[in-house]
Amino acid sequence: MLHSRVRVEEKLLIQAFADHNTPVDLIDDRKIVFDLQGNGWGKYDVVLERCVNHSRALYALRILNDWGIPTVNTYEVAAICGNKLETTSALVRENIPVPRSKIAFTPESALQAIEELGYPVVLKPAVGSWGRLLSKINDREAAEAVLEHKQVLGTYHHSIFYIQEYVNKPARDIRSFVVGDETVAAIYRYSDHWITNTARGGHAENCPVTPEIDRLSLAAARAVGGGVVAIDLLETADGQLLVNEVNYTMEFRNSIDTTGVNIPSRVVDYVLEVAKNR
Amino acid sequence: MSGKIAECPECAAKVALPADVMEGEIVQCPECGLELEVLSLNPLSLAQAPEEEEDWGE
Repeated sequence: MLHSRVRVEEKLLIQAFADHNTPVDLIDDRKIVFDLQGNGWGKYDVVLERCVNHSRALYALRILNDWGIPTVNTYEVAAICGNKLETTSALVRENIPVPRSKIAFTPESALQAIEELGYPVVLKPAVGSWGRLLSKINDREAAEAVLEHKQVLGTYHHSIFYIQEYVNKPARDIRSFVVGDETVAAIYRYSDHWITNTARGGHAENCPVTPEIDRLSLAAARAVGGGVVAIDLLETADGQLLVNEVNYTMEFRNSIDTTGVNIPSRVVDYVLEVAKNR
Repeated sequence: MSGKIAECPECAAKVALPADVMEGEIVQCPECGLELEVLSLNPLSLAQAPEEEEDWGE
């Protein structure tokens, strides 16, 4: 298991591997040196990636997959899910309902895109997580200010403007957990803030996996390449479900007791299945 | 609990560690709230955990 920090999730996974009588090596991504010409990882049947840095995860998976080592998830899944633009594009390709989204590369074209969508809109960094640096923009003055700040203060990546309609959802969103071909559980994430990430203090309640949640979750997972992913769904005012994001190194500590589903055990089942099929 | 107690390097509070504590594990100081990483088990040593970076996430 490749990791950066041993968080609650990693400890639960280690326990789940022990419960499956499966030996697991813990590999700290801060200590790795990859010798590209010498595959030193051939002894592993499968590598479960749990890095907290997207870049490290991405490059490690690229190398491991090129060496022919099965990984959960694959490089392709990490590349798509680690980038909101790529995720949305993949979802749209598969006709999966998503919030209206526009991409622009300059502040001027971004402003035009924002005005076409109509206020409020949400501006998101293409790479980022836990609700960081999301901006809800309510009017033109705010749009001009945020776009200028992004261009002047941000790195080049912040000038890839990802603009989304603001979905006036109830004070919650839905997170579903897909493992292989199954939606194993889902939670509601409640918050008074428009950003409902539990990483930002929202609280979780069990959400029954309805046929619609199941169908959309599996379709979204397939669109990004499958594996072990967490899908964020938004409920619109007229009761439609939209897929907002797909996460490839999912956190689940708040969702085990909430749903009654042993998520780490299900993840390990899947990892062992991948190893068996290598 | 194993009774393993470490000292917070920031505020010197006593930090109780779980029985199955591991190297690399992240714990939080109950007094100052700092996120701490267990650097080694023998001798027991804690340090401030790495700060969140831009590409961190799930």
